Amino acid sequence: MKEIRITVNGKPYELSVRPWATLLEVIREDLGLTGTKEGCGVGECGACTVIMNGKSVNACLVLAPEADGKEITTIEGLAQGEKLDPIQQAFYEIGGLQCGFCTPGMIMSTKALLAETPEPTDHEIRKGLEGNFCRCTGYTKIFESVREASRKSRR
Amino acid sequence: MTTFYRRLPRFDYVQPTSLDEALSLLGRYKADAKPLAGGTDLIPQVKGRDMAAPRVVVDLKAIPGLDAITYDATKGLTLGAMATIANVERSVLVREHYPMLSNALTTMASPQVRNRATVTGNICTAVPSADSAPTLLVLEAVLKLVSQKGERLVPITQFFTGPRQTVLTYDELITEIRIPSPPPKSRGVYLKLSPRKSMDLAVVGVAAFVVRDGETCKDVRIALGAVAPTPIREARAESALLGKKLTDESIEEAASAASSECRPIDDHRAAREYRCDMVYVLTRRALTQIKEEAL
Ligand SMILES: Cc1cc2nc3c(=O)[nH]c(=O)nc-3n(C[C@H](O)[C@H](O)[C@H](O)COP(=O)(O)OP(=O)(O)OC[C@H]3O[C@@H](n4cnc5c(N)ncnc54)[C@H](O)[C@@H]3O)c2cc1C
Ligand code: FES
Ligand code: FES
Repeated sequence: MKEIRITVNGKPYELSVRPWATLLEVIREDLGLTGTKEGCGVGECGACTVIMNGKSVNACLVLAPEADGKEITTIEGLAQGEKLDPIQQAFYEIGGLQCGFCTPGMIMSTKALLAETPEPTDHEIRKGLEGNFCRCTGYTKIFESVREASRKSRR
Repeated sequence: MTTFYRRLPRFDYVQPTSLDEALSLLGRYKADAKPLAGGTDLIPQVKGRDMAAPRVVVDLKAIPGLDAITYDATKGLTLGAMATIANVERSVLVREHYPMLSNALTTMASPQVRNRATVTGNICTAVPSADSAPTLLVLEAVLKLVSQKGERLVPITQFFTGPRQTVLTYDELITEIRIPSPPPKSRGVYLKLSPRKSMDLAVVGVAAFVVRDGETCKDVRIALGAVAPTPIREARAESALLGKKLTDESIEEAASAASSECRPIDDHRAAREYRCDMVYVLTRRALTQIKEEAL
């Protein structure tokens, strides 16, 4: 076992992890934060996207010991109490989801995109979300939600 | 039937904090150890049991200075082994002096993967479709390989030996990729063909690089990805253009030479004939783009 210290959504944790466990397993199983989803488990679908030290990553491709000392934000870290993050609010208002399985990953990728590019072009939105698959919506409403989120975040 | 594995097999993890320590670990564990960079190839490979589980994974990310990106007009660009694709792609130095490299890296994977993956890791996978390979081949990159026994410089043209095979020995690491400064009046283009625009491997990748003296091509370099057991330089196409002007006719000739030389595999992603035809189309398109770009 390896001892690691990580900060998740502002809260510090000291954990003992198996060296071959992924950050995704730690988040979902050890911390019980099941908002982050496991789709493919190999980096293809983006359902497991979290933000680690300011960058979006696939939690399924990060080994738990690699996350030692890192600051992580998951979907649970966005809302403040009952008040949704502007990105969540935009997905909710526009209806940028159907089953919702891809949504936490979509929102975390949007968070990373808007942090760097507050007013993305259409092309930048497509590139920003290229690592997130949705099997329901056909993407149009997700795309519109990101545009709306960009508008809301700047207000 | 393929089995879908949800968990990684057991292995140990170490994170050396110096190059010496990393090399001595590799020297000790040999074939039982695997270096870990971004893990975006290694983790899926090990998880899918496509690669035997290593006994110990040696994470290179805590070795100081290994992620540096530096440029010097005489020495050219040096990419530390841990420089991520995202950082290289966005580097102002790279965008200014090696725009084709930045563009080639943008075609790869997703933001999440690019944030973790390294250019060195891409080369080390030695898959025929590795997207940085054709560009590094035409830019004539040189790799610095280091082990406890010493170091050697290997031109990337001699690095790949087969699909997923390179000249790297178990106890060796690549510590940097050196890319000479492009000569004045040179232009390069990388074109990737894949069924999907994003998150897809190249069915064919073509990099073309031309140095001109007045109107004539005094140096021509063409490299192909995904059409042979390794990424390759395409000598016949290069000599078809050398000393000539870039015209529709000379470009046509070079593109035909490139496609007649290529020996791609025939698989579910594309038929052999299709790949060869596309080598022709993409080589012609890349050279035409170079011709049309003002010097
Ligand atoms: C969803 C997804 C999409 C992808 N899309 C693309 C794509 O479009 N184009 C493409 O080319 N690739 C793609 N890849 C493959 C992969 O992301 C790249 O090859 C990446 O550059 C690998 O780098 P890494 O740092 O993650 O390597 P790792 O996985 O850490 O390592 C890869 C191999 O190299 C060895 N290694 C790493 N660093 C060193 C070193 N310094 N010295 C010696 N050996 C070393 C490791 O032991 C391992 O065997 C994709 C992968 C995923 C998961
Ligand atoms: S579960 Fe991580 S990318 Fe699919
Ligand atoms: S809403 Fe169902 S996968 Fe995207």
